[in-house]
Amino acid sequence: MKLLIAIIKPFKLDEVKEALTAAGVEGMTVTEVKGFGRQKGHTEIYRGSEYTVDFLPKVKLEIALADDAVPTAIAAIMAAAKTGKIGDGKIFVVPLDEIIRIRTDERGETAV
Amino acid sequence: MKSSFIKLGRLFGCLLALGLASTLVRAADAAPAAAATPAAPAATPKKPEPTLEQRVADLEAYVTNSDPSGPLKDDKGKVPDGLVTATSAVAGPGHNAWMMTSAALVLFMTLPGLALFYGGLVRKKNVLSVLAQCLGCAGLVTILWWAFGYSFVFAGGDGAGPIIGDFGKYAFLKGVDSVPNGDYGYWVSQNVFSMYQMMFAIITPALIVGAIAERMKFSAIMLFIGLWMVVVYFPLAHMVWGIKGYMNGVWNADAAIKAIDFAGGTVVHMSSGWSALILCMILGPRLGFGKEKMAPHSMVLCMVGTGMLWVGWYGFNAGSAIAADGVAANAYMTTTLATAVACFAWGVIEKLHRGHASILGFCSGAVAGLVVITPACGFVNATGAIIIGLLAAAVPYIFVTFVKAKFGYDDALDTFGVHAVGGTMGALATGFLATADVNANLNTNLKDIVGKTLWIEQVKAIGVTLVLAVVGTLIIAYIVKATIGLRPTEDVERQGLDINEHGEEGYVL
Repeated sequence: MKLLIAIIKPFKLDEVKEALTAAGVEGMTVTEVKGFGRQKGHTEIYRGSEYTVDFLPKVKLEIALADDAVPTAIAAIMAAAKTGKIGDGKIFVVPLDEIIRIRTDERGETAV
Repeated sequence: MKSSFIKLGRLFGCLLALGLASTLVRAADAAPAAAATPAAPAATPKKPEPTLEQRVADLEAYVTNSDPSGPLKDDKGKVPDGLVTATSAVAGPGHNAWMMTSAALVLFMTLPGLALFYGGLVRKKNVLSVLAQCLGCAGLVTILWWAFGYSFVFAGGDGAGPIIGDFGKYAFLKGVDSVPNGDYGYWVSQNVFSMYQMMFAIITPALIVGAIAERMKFSAIMLFIGLWMVVVYFPLAHMVWGIKGYMNGVWNADAAIKAIDFAGGTVVHMSSGWSALILCMILGPRLGFGKEKMAPHSMVLCMVGTGMLWVGWYGFNAGSAIAADGVAANAYMTTTLATAVACFAWGVIEKLHRGHASILGFCSGAVAGLVVITPACGFVNATGAIIIGLLAAAVPYIFVTFVKAKFGYDDALDTFGVHAVGGTMGALATGFLATADVNANLNTNLKDIVGKTLWIEQVKAIGVTLVLAVVGTLIIAYIVKATIGLRPTEDVERQGLDINEHGEEGYVL
């Protein structure tokens, strides 16, 4: 089992969600986050004061998947989130030890 | 901090007792007079009746906002004993309605206009402190105004001088009822006039809050403002607007300085702005000033507040005619023109200079335009208003962008850059641009100097205002610093004033 952590541009969230749903992904957790990578921040000017804003708003998706579902999910995110410009984000793939569905006590891949 | 509030409470208690006592004494005085009246009719001669012409002329005086006792005067210029018409000693409904509306509009400028304008510009952890300071001003100043402020500023008569009014005449607002006070408005109830002027007294110290935002103890602010009203505002307002005032050029033929200030360029904006600069320098900069990000937490609130200020300012400026007359109408137009021009021009300057026309830029321009047109609005024509609007964008822009950065004082929300600079410039511009074509009152006492040397009188008034505001603030600020201290502890300032000074949070998410 794997946990996909995808950082994407906020306005791409709907497209990515639809692509993932079409690829058979049944659930995800979404968070509004801030961060930066190669895309640098911007400056804000309030009257005489100038501030550099390093952290840009992004959306973070967390998706738990069975191993064989990972390639299609990654392909779906890549296709939907890509603009080709700097700041499109990243996907992290992390091994997942266990999944437990709280309601039924199901464990492992049946709980995905 | 607690003990200073207890002292304030005691002071308020004493004032309340004095006020009640004076009311009781008056009731006792009035009783014998009432008892004596039944015998009177037999002794007095027949009451004189006004002619139909006199009655019509009195109604015309209402429409033209002139003295209703004028048509009743005899050849010697005196009103015969007992000669009255139905309009004698009553307010005119139209003028009164406009002044009650204006008073509410000016209060709306502070609550919530200025509170939101400033509140949006501070960091999230201090938004409530600014709102509390504006509410505190409204409460504290009202008590002072009732107790003695109105009397100090506006009481005329033998007890009044050029610097300060007659304290005893209207203390605790005794005798201030619905009958107009002819010194200020022939057709406006004096209680309405008093409440209208009180709203100016409320917003003036609230403006100072902008310069010292995010780093002054609430108790210290309230103590400072209480003293500042007595030492700076009341004398200054009397000098400029009191009927016997030292600098009341329009209405006082004996004024030593024949200056003009329609709605408060010197009284409100210069006094608060210069005092704000001195206080923020004595107070010192915010912790982390120049190192940490201190960006506004909500430009949305700031813009909402600016809109309310602009709307409320019609009461401030057009209301300062103390009538719904032609002078008010002119002030309404000039206020709109100058503000819109300054708002747009600030945005254009920013776009050319920095590449963005920002919301804060438009808001700053609008407020600067309102400030600079304030002393001039009832005295200048449309062209004058446009010139003022352009000046209001350019000069304060230079001050908040370059001058502040060069000298490094932490005028947190630019009270000095906008109000002191704008108020001073407006007072001077009024001297050059005032014309009797839009306000015939300028012909009463100033016929010889309007359009000629009026600007020299304006410079003198600017000088007096500057000295009073700067010296007064220096003394008061050091008194407060020596007694209860000006600043909260570093921990309190870092955590934010809201949770520590007011026990609340602005945003719970």
